Amino acid sequence: MIRLTMADKLALNKFEVNEGEPHILINQEKCRTCGEKNCLFACPAQLYSEQNGEITVEWAGCLECGTCLAVCTKDALSWKYPQGGFGIIYRQG
Amino acid sequence: MSTDKYQAIVVGGGPAGLAAAYRLAEQGAEVVLIERGDYCGSKNLSGGVLYSRVLDQLIPGYWEDAVIERPITNYLTTLMTKDDYFNLEYKSKSLAATPYNAVTVLRGKFDRWLADKAEEAGVMMVTGIKVEKLLKEGNRIVGVSTGDEEMLADVVILADGINSFLAKEAGLRGNIHLDHLAVGAKALIELPAEVIEERFHLNSQEGAAYAILGQATYGVAGGGFFYTNRDSLSIGVVMRLDDLVKAKVKPADALDDLLEHPMVAPLVKDGKMVEYGAHLTGEGGFKMVPAKLYGEGYLIVGDAAGFTINSGLVIRGMDLAIGSGIAAADAVLEAQKKGDYSDASLSAYSRNLENSFVMKDLKLYAKAPDFMESDRLYKKYASMVNQLFGDIYTHDLTPKERLMKTAVKSMKDNGISMLDLIKDGWKGVKAL
Repeated sequence: MIRLTMADKLALNKFEVNEGEPHILINQEKCRTCGEKNCLFACPAQLYSEQNGEITVEWAGCLECGTCLAVCTKDALSWKYPQGGFGIIYRQG
Repeated sequence: MSTDKYQAIVVGGGPAGLAAAYRLAEQGAEVVLIERGDYCGSKNLSGGVLYSRVLDQLIPGYWEDAVIERPITNYLTTLMTKDDYFNLEYKSKSLAATPYNAVTVLRGKFDRWLADKAEEAGVMMVTGIKVEKLLKEGNRIVGVSTGDEEMLADVVILADGINSFLAKEAGLRGNIHLDHLAVGAKALIELPAEVIEERFHLNSQEGAAYAILGQATYGVAGGGFFYTNRDSLSIGVVMRLDDLVKAKVKPADALDDLLEHPMVAPLVKDGKMVEYGAHLTGEGGFKMVPAKLYGEGYLIVGDAAGFTINSGLVIRGMDLAIGSGIAAADAVLEAQKKGDYSDASLSAYSRNLENSFVMKDLKLYAKAPDFMESDRLYKKYASMVNQLFGDIYTHDLTPKERLMKTAVKSMKDNGISMLDLIKDGWKGVKAL
């Protein structure tokens, strides 16, 4: 099988994006004190990255699993499910 | 603001919530189910094996029209290293007989079917709406708020899944320990039914389920799975969060590598990935179940209550979800007769659970997570067994040694002492 990039994998899915309404907010101050930065590898959709010392999340591709919230050691995430009807829509599951 | 009042509100349209709602409606209760996804199942994802006898209890003869994939007739256990693998296979004709022991399901389709059944039974379905918080009067839960609307009920059933923010809000659950959670990442790969049947040695009424230990998760506690659907394959890795953060590996990388493993590659060849998803799953078994599963005006069911069992070879959640939904509904029906939805009255739920397979099995396997604490299980045994069988089958013109000597060497090379083996064996026997 051809190895798909994460972007290709996420493109297979259906997302209803709630433009301008991120459901994940990051407290950068807390992130700056974080040594582990577990979000950078644990997120199964690899949505987290670090740019210029800031943690960013491409929340539109979120699979809504909750892993990032669980592994964040600094309590730096304000994480809730997207509004009703928005977010990932699994056709198969 | 609306002041609609129902007999019961169920939050969450997965198997637990749907089973509870179905049972209630079937017995004449006025029940509304609120699901935040566009349709039930649209937010749900699982490995895919449902131990389905309990579904027959809820909907007798379910297999006649349920959207199920294949009955599981072949169970395989795989010990995998990077380059080799060792398989144990069990197949039984009896597993192909209805009501089926286990079936594969795809939740986007299965949950939707179950929701249709619930609606037919009289459940009022509200989809695309998220419950923001619980409505309380003192410590009594009297309904839910969706942000712009409030809905009242005699009783609220929380079936909002593994992350259950509502159970946390109700004070039933604190933050879950990392060793009680695992992340599953799964790919769905389309292949024609005939190709699947040929490759997995199945007929059209048979299916296979693999439980994979070792390299599939890069040795992180957890395992891989590989299930046959009608015309697709579900393949994924499940990694326990405490071990994942220690190892600092990416779940998606493990899955990519698994797809290219010598065992998997020929089975998925020419397949087309059509969906990629992830979900958290409970790994704590009985230990992660909250001490209290009900209170004034509410009950908690399914994943939200931590009802999952992983015995290493068999992973269960959906059957416990359905079983707990039935137990909760029956408690509510009893409370309804008395017109009493107090904590004391709803304690019937606890009794129903204790009498059902849900709590009996959770307690029976209570020690399984401890047994599976052992790093050896994930990191060393796969390599030991593969080395042993490699030695047995390989004739490279060096003189062969006695089997016992070869076995001891494969243990030593993989850092396993005879004492470890006895300890793990004994722990395993006691836990499983």
